[in-house]
Amino acid sequence: MTLETLGWQGLVILVVFGLSLLIATYCTYAERVIAAFLQDRVGPDRAGPFGLAQPLADAVKMFTKEEFFPAGANRALFIFGPCLAMITALMSSAVIPFGNFLQFGSTVVHLQGIEINVGMLYVFGIVSLGVYGIMIGGWASNNKFSLLGAIRAASQNISYELAMGLALIAVLMMSGTLSLREITLQQSVAGEWHFWNVVKQPLGFIIFIVCAFAETNRTPFDLPECETELVGGYHTEYSSMKLGLYLFAEYINVFVASAVMSVLYFGGFNFPFQYELRDWLVSSRGMELVTAQNIITILGAVGVFLKIFAFIFFFMWVRWTLPRFRYDQLMRLGWTILIPLAIFNILLTGGLITFGVIK
Amino acid sequence: MESLSKRAKVLTKKPMTLAERAYLPAIFQGLSITMQHFFRAATKKQVTIRYPEETRPFSPVFRGLHVLKRDEKGRERCTACGLCAVACPAEAITMVAGERKKGEEGLYREEKYAVSYEINMLRCIFCGLCEEACPKAAVYLQADKMAPPRFERDEFIYGKDRLVEPVSPDLRSKRGIQLTPEQAATLRTQTA
Repeated sequence: MTLETLGWQGLVILVVFGLSLLIATYCTYAERVIAAFLQDRVGPDRAGPFGLAQPLADAVKMFTKEEFFPAGANRALFIFGPCLAMITALMSSAVIPFGNFLQFGSTVVHLQGIEINVGMLYVFGIVSLGVYGIMIGGWASNNKFSLLGAIRAASQNISYELAMGLALIAVLMMSGTLSLREITLQQSVAGEWHFWNVVKQPLGFIIFIVCAFAETNRTPFDLPECETELVGGYHTEYSSMKLGLYLFAEYINVFVASAVMSVLYFGGFNFPFQYELRDWLVSSRGMELVTAQNIITILGAVGVFLKIFAFIFFFMWVRWTLPRFRYDQLMRLGWTILIPLAIFNILLTGGLITFGVIK
Repeated sequence: MESLSKRAKVLTKKPMTLAERAYLPAIFQGLSITMQHFFRAATKKQVTIRYPEETRPFSPVFRGLHVLKRDEKGRERCTACGLCAVACPAEAITMVAGERKKGEEGLYREEKYAVSYEINMLRCIFCGLCEEACPKAAVYLQADKMAPPRFERDEFIYGKDRLVEPVSPDLRSKRGIQLTPEQAATLRTQTA
């Protein structure tokens, strides 16, 4: 890798980092507006036009609030908890392919933080680390409610990671690779009908999205912060920006989960008729192949963000529709329904691959 | 056992169907309901009134902020008889009476007038009994104004400076007395 490509890649990483933060920032605004609209209300509209400066106002509020340490709390871990939650949330977007590649002369820039051949494994590893942020914070608070929330978070994440991984295995059986870029590219082949994975794996997708809700601690599975039973769950004792970091990390996790689902099941940066559009640009408009490819890449990047936003909207839509599960119902759903279903899905996929129905 | 009213119904708890147990159809039903509300909120006019910019219409019989009226020649009608203060169940009204001097006939209608007239808007319950008690038709509760919120308690004690009906500016003599339209017209031609 030359120094020049390294510089470009660094720029891409910075952009991805900034975008995750920006999207998480405006998720807080979007959540409130969507919640308001779903409940026939208006939502925040005081700060700036349509309340668009609301996240800034919230940030100022968070930063200027009193920093509170509960008596008997482990100060170091109390600070470390939200930091860890934020770090792990930000790390996982590094391997998501947000676009194919841009080519300027001889320089090729992949619109992806880092391309590694175990991308999906990396995401899983980082996401499962994320629960440590909640656990450490909940434990260090020296509060029964926080501890209960933390324990719930841990057992919930472990339970649903199993079903999520099993649902993923069916995708991996078809793709034969863990690289997210490879999985994306396989979902569209020039010159033939090729469907996104959601068509081939509908059951797997349903299992995956249910588990994604549980992994990101979103309603109907937001038992770690369950305010009706646990005050605030793991962040009961948190105030000021440490609380802000936890809330922020949740939105970044939603963003990453949406990105992973778009890549795995909804074709990532592919969009229908992209090769036809490229060929048309070359033949009818007289463009060079490189320029046409760059245009397709940019459109694909826009497309992947539209898919991500659609998923984020779905996350919020579900949150303001469904009530919370009871804890035993949550565990029963995870262990006795989703895991057997996921195993059945693996067998089904294996059978279909063996008989050549899907590949 | 025979039920007395014969209206009792025996309910049987049926086992759930597969669609009910799968839970997903119910979820989609719920999602469609909330989506309808989303589009209703996004397209139709919302019921929310954004207060400082929009206000609710007042009822025509609303009893709001008091005003001390002037008569048709711009003289204060109040004679400081104190009947409003007596009628007031919240004891919000105080006044000091004074005698009209020579040359003040254009300012006060009767020989006796209110040197000061104060209403404490924090005590006032806006019942309108002062309005009913007034024999000179001087005090009224306006239907379109409210006592606005303020930061200090003493700012809620309204004196004559804020209670007396202002003279309309183009119908005002040099001494601040309200003129008839004809008088105002002649005054304007004299000064011009």
